[in-house]
Amino acid sequence: MTTPTFSLLHVEFLAWAALWTLGLSAIAFIGGGLLGFGVMLARIGPSKLLRRAASTYIQIVQGTPLLILLFLIYYGIAIFAGPGFPAILAAGAGLTIYASGFLAEIWRGCIEAVPKTQWEAAECLALTRWQRMMRVILPQALRIATPPTVGFLVQIVKNTSLASVIGFIELAQAGKLINNSIFEPFTVFMVVAAFYFAICFPLSMWSRTLERKLNVAGR
Amino acid sequence: MSPVVKLRNVHKYFGALKVLEGVSFEVERGGVAAVIGQSGSGKSTALRCINALETIQDGTIEVCGHAVGDPKLDRRALRQDVGIVFQSYNLFPHLTVEQNIMLAPTCVKSIGKSEARDLARDVLAQVGLSEKAQQYPEQLSGGQQQRVAIARSLAMQPKLMLFDEVTSALDPQLTGEVLKVMEDLARGGMTMILVTHEMAFARKVASQVIYMHKGQVWETGPGSMLDAPKTPELANFVGSGL
Amino acid sequence: MTYTFDFSALLPYWPDFLWGAVLTLQLSAVATVAGFIVGTLCAIGRADGSPVVKAIVAAYVEVIRNTPLLVQVFIIYFGIATLGIRVSANLAAMIALTVNVGAYTCEIVRAGLQSIHRSQVEAAECLGLSKPQIYWHVIVRPAIERVYPSLTSQYVLLMLASSITSQISAEELTAVANRIQSGTFRAFETYIVVGLIYLVLSFVMRGAFTAFAQAAFTRRRKLGTTL
Repeated sequence: MTTPTFSLLHVEFLAWAALWTLGLSAIAFIGGGLLGFGVMLARIGPSKLLRRAASTYIQIVQGTPLLILLFLIYYGIAIFAGPGFPAILAAGAGLTIYASGFLAEIWRGCIEAVPKTQWEAAECLALTRWQRMMRVILPQALRIATPPTVGFLVQIVKNTSLASVIGFIELAQAGKLINNSIFEPFTVFMVVAAFYFAICFPLSMWSRTLERKLNVAGR
Repeated sequence: MSPVVKLRNVHKYFGALKVLEGVSFEVERGGVAAVIGQSGSGKSTALRCINALETIQDGTIEVCGHAVGDPKLDRRALRQDVGIVFQSYNLFPHLTVEQNIMLAPTCVKSIGKSEARDLARDVLAQVGLSEKAQQYPEQLSGGQQQRVAIARSLAMQPKLMLFDEVTSALDPQLTGEVLKVMEDLARGGMTMILVTHEMAFARKVASQVIYMHKGQVWETGPGSMLDAPKTPELANFVGSGL
Repeated sequence: MTYTFDFSALLPYWPDFLWGAVLTLQLSAVATVAGFIVGTLCAIGRADGSPVVKAIVAAYVEVIRNTPLLVQVFIIYFGIATLGIRVSANLAAMIALTVNVGAYTCEIVRAGLQSIHRSQVEAAECLGLSKPQIYWHVIVRPAIERVYPSLTSQYVLLMLASSITSQISAEELTAVANRIQSGTFRAFETYIVVGLIYLVLSFVMRGAFTAFAQAAFTRRRKLGTTL
């Protein structure tokens, strides 16, 4: 009797799963970016109520584990949609909310890093609040925001692994499935880790390069 | 009486740049040597070599019985005998004035806390800052910070004090209070070497003035030599400085 | 279709929730302290070690920061077992969290060490302090003080991330919740309650860190500088 061992077929399966990891990361980044931008605008906006609401939202998202957030959304959808809905729905929604909470806060920091004098100068040119934001502040903040945003992309990619707990088949879940059939956990998860590393490490390096460039330009 | 500090033909290079080219001088016990010269003349580097902050390429330096050029030099032993005060004070910002002063005696000499506190009180009185013991450096003026830095060095009871342009970062008004402390020290018999731009102070307090130019000791003599320079370079320097 | 919330089914389980919260705090506290020590030593090694030490620390930090905690937990849990050593899921969780947060701590502390000016070290050298004394009094302590806010955020994130160790059945709040929901069939309510508990825990932790800073960093307290 021969027991199946880890083979190239498994690597191929993992490679397909890695595409799902990338896809889910893209959903989370785009969705989280759009939502997070809105939350950020509310957070620094003129309305006190909106500011308070945005701040509470950020605190809740940053103060609860992503795992719990995913469970909540999964079971929440299950209540209304019944069982059998696609897992990507819950995974995408959960990661979007997670990303929005963090991106809003990162971007707020970048906007506030633009010197106050720039706001004043824009105000003295009689620009409206919206024009000031769009024409003067955002273009400058964008430069500051790029390195930490790319850095956060790494967090998103890594955290898509938690979608495995609600049954979405990405890298980590694929690893678990392979392991269930051949039980070589150490080998399997080392290869899974290598896949993640191959995605995340270049992003980390890119983020660092951007930051160095920004620091050089800023001095 | 043997000299406390003895430099013999000291050479120091930073790569291809020659900073010291055969510097020799001696300072007697209780002597006050003022090293003057244009920036880039090597005067600060000479001072840093005496405290082994820079390594020399040639020559010998003897300080309080330590052979400074020797690769086997025990730096920590040397530094217990030599105090140095920097232009930028270099106080530890996270420690109070008293803690700044107590740090080295308790760490290096293993003196007890209460004894170290007494010591701190003494040296703070000496620089006239007794009431500032519990303050943090950032709460003090530049002149006060520099006096604390002097007190911090004094707490190690050094045999020799080095001063590296200690008043250059200060307003004229604050410069006075620091120079006053240094003058008191000199009068108390402390052996001192100071790199300075304060010509009037050098003339008044120094037992020996060392004029450095192009990495060499160009002219040396008592304070009065500033009134009658022998070399055109010193004449020029004194003329422009006053 | 309507859904009736029923939190009353969870009421009998309040001691379990409480116990889970305590376990999570314990797990986080151990990993925070151990990870802080590991990370600080690594940061010093990265700044001042031999080329070999520097390379090893750099590799450790990069590998940990660029792979998911979930996978790290699996590798450490199963990896130790592969070595023939039997460890409880709780111990494996503790080790994994320590290894993980140690790498992040290393990067944060390293930035702190770099912010200490050379002249500070020179002044301490001139006072005759030994290298370990200089590290402790003049470099590490002020460096930690400077990066303390980043460390606080990192350790709160660690506490939240400790929920991931429920995946190897380590005993903590999320594992307790998983058990309760499968017993009551009140999953949605259970995770709402647990989410709120985590929220409270993260506030408590931030408060504890602020209180510690007040006690430890006397200068901040005296000068009223905010962290």
